[in-house]
Parts: sequence; C-alpha cells; structure tokens
Amino acid sequence: MNDEVPVTVTVNGRTRQSRVEPRRLLVDFLRHDLGLTGTHIGCEQGVCGACTVLLDGRTARSCLHFAVAVDGSEIRTVEDLASLDELHPIQEMFHRKHALQCGFCTPGFLLTTVELLERTAEPDEAAIREALMNNVCRCTGYANIVDAVAEAAVELRRRNPA
Amino acid sequence: MKPAPFSFVAPESLDEVVRALAEHGDDARILAGGQSLVPLMNLRLARPEVLVSINRCHELDYIRLAGDRLVVGALVRQIDAETSPLVQAECPLLATALPHVGLPATRNRGTVCGSLAHCDPLAELPAVALALDAELVLTSAAGERRVPADDFFITEMTTCIEPGEVVAAVALARQDPSERSALHEVSNGGHAFPVGGVALRWASADGVCTMARIAAFGVGSVAQRLVDAEEALVGSDLGPAAVAAAVAAARAEVNPTGDIHADADYRRHLVGVLLERGLLEGESP
Repeated sequence: MNDEVPVTVTVNGRTRQSRVEPRRLLVDFLRHDLGLTGTHIGCEQGVCGACTVLLDGRTARSCLHFAVAVDGSEIRTVEDLASLDELHPIQEMFHRKHALQCGFCTPGFLLTTVELLERTAEPDEAAIREALMNNVCRCTGYANIVDAVAEAAVELRRRNPA
Repeated sequence: MKPAPFSFVAPESLDEVVRALAEHGDDARILAGGQSLVPLMNLRLARPEVLVSINRCHELDYIRLAGDRLVVGALVRQIDAETSPLVQAECPLLATALPHVGLPATRNRGTVCGSLAHCDPLAELPAVALALDAELVLTSAAGERRVPADDFFITEMTTCIEPGEVVAAVALARQDPSERSALHEVSNGGHAFPVGGVALRWASADGVCTMARIAAFGVGSVAQRLVDAEEALVGSDLGPAAVAAAVAAARAEVNPTGDIHADADYRRHLVGVLLERGLLEGESP
C-alpha cells in the first residue's frame, strides 16, 4: 500500500518527475520533493489559504490535493512570480504598501490575487475583499493587503492597457 | 496531520472505475474534486484503503440536455457549472446556488456530484437537487440505476450509494422559463458554513400557484423537502396569507438541533424567514 508511484507535473514551466506515496499532499510534494518552499502550509484542511497555488490556471489549496491525483497538471507557485531582478507588480505593491508582516500567509495571498486580477481587471474594494475572504493573515494586516491589491490592479492595467 | 496510507488508482473510463470499485468493494472511495474528502483524510476522520480517482474520466465531464432534464456528469467542477450558459438558462436555481458553495479555490476543483455524494447536512447542493426533482445516476458493475433525490439522501454523510456504485451523473429538472427560484442562507460571516438555508422554486398561472418545491439545509441531519410548506402554496394566490401558512408549515416540519453556531429555535425561525424572503425576492430564470 505504501508503494511509491510516479508523478509528472509541470511546475512553473518546468517538467518535474518524482516517485511519491499516494498520500503525499501536493503541498508536501512541492516543498519536500521539489524543494519549492515558497508555498507555505498552515492548517492542512483548506481553511487558511497559505498553501494556495494555481492548478491548471485556477487557485487551489495544495493541502487538499494529492500529488498523484494531479499527475499531468500544470502548477504555478509563488516562485514563478518574480524574475531574477524584478518583483512581479503584485509583489512590488505588497512591498510598497507594507502588505506583509511575518510573511507566512503572503504566498497564498499573492496567488489568490493573480487569479482575481486575471478574472477582474478593475475590482472595487468589495470585490477585492470578497476574493481575499478565504485567506487568513494572522498578523491581521488586511487593510494594507486590500490597498496593495488595488494598487497592483492599477499597475497591471497601466502595463497592459485593454 | 497527514492522511493514512492508501492505494491509488486513476482509471480512464467509467467501465474501469466500476471494475475497480467491484474489486475493492467497501474499502474503496471515489476521489473527484476531493475538497470534502481530503480534509477528512488529513484529519484521519476518513481512512479509505483505496482511492479510485475519476479525474481522468473525461467522458464524465459534460453538461447536456436529455429530454426534460439537464444532466451534469460526475467530473463537472462546480466553477464550470456555475459559469455554464446551459446551467444558467435551464437550471438557474443551480447557478444561483453555486456561488454559495465552499469557497472559490474549492469550487475550482470540487464537483457538483461529489457534493451530492458527500451529503453534508450544511451543504447547499443536496437541497438544490431536492428542489430540482433530481435523479442520481448510480453506476456499478451490475449496471445503472436512477434514484430520485428524495430517496438518495438518507442522513448526515449518508446516501443510498451501495459499495461498488459511483454517482456517474445527476439529472435535474429543466426549469420552465415562467418559473421563479431562489436560494437564501445565513452564515456567520463570509464563506463560512451556513447556519441554515432554503432553496425553492415555484410556478403560477392566472394568479394561482401551480407548482412549488422547497428544500431546507442546515436545519436537520440531512437536506429536507418541506412538503407541507409546498402544499400550503400550491393552489393558493401566493398572497400574504398563503406565504404565512407556508412559513408556519415549514417551521413545523423541520427538526433542527442546536450547536455552537445557533440554537434549534433560531434555526426553526430562520427557515421561515428565508422561505418568506425567497418567495418575495425570487428571481425569474
């Protein structure tokens, strides 16, 4: 029953292969097998949002997926956002607006914001709060996070006019 | 915590799924979106020996019309049903309900049929299935049987699915364009689990109510048709007296329990409030 099975996924544009136990959670696969520790793990029951990644382009709680069950999928993690010399505009605005304190929740907030701004280029504050409602920041720095997302939306529209 | 060890199979067709289920019997569980099952496994409240993933069974990823029904296959993700023009046109009650289900990141992966099979008493979709006269299509090595929603949901986390069976699809009544429908719920903030809710649809002709389906969730051990409330409406003029009678009937026929979120009396009262709100504010399809 503990036999390892092969898994092949594309993570941040790179094909990655490994052998894992079926019970290996996607978040642990990313962190322990692939060494991508940017994705954090909090509650392990889908509530806190710290482990949020993009799975085939949509936000997913990586603690609620088995690596074997997403074999063949495309995954995007926080490591994919910045280039070597430049932060992603969403990260840049989190930095400027002091939208992180301890930073534990930040990867989940960033990827949730990526999905929000892909779906809605011009979200109002209510839409931002609605989208972030299921990510928990235990430092409770929500006001600055909402500001950062609003500024990131402006910056992304400036860079990619419709 | 981490899940207990299990074996994993991911067949590529419904035939292979039912063969795997036949082989492993009671030890096997279906994995669809996993957004209810995986948390339970992480907490070790569920410890299946074998997971049979249907995520490669693309033949189960369809939404299509069949006569007077809209059929939603077992691999249809909640987000895809929510945004489907076919669902919005034919079963607006389902489209209205889906934004209330879980949270965006779980709807991206969770399936419509999976929520029905899971049968959480707080879940919206079992009540929607009751209100839409759903039939569950259960497939096993022995063949297929269709079970009305009224017989499918038994009690908390318990349906009539037998070992060896998988929910292959749900067939929902297509709503008539003249119908109205609504879903109202109350929760303690944001996307938390609801404290209680009501899904309903009704039709009228010449000022007389000709059809009513009302189902409640979160106010008992399982989603429940409120047949007395329906009877109070059908044949009425849907005026204030009829609505009051339906509200009273609804409160009389539910049997809620209290918990940390709300006591039983509150939930009983709530069912009436939400039913009245639905009848007053119901959206036309």
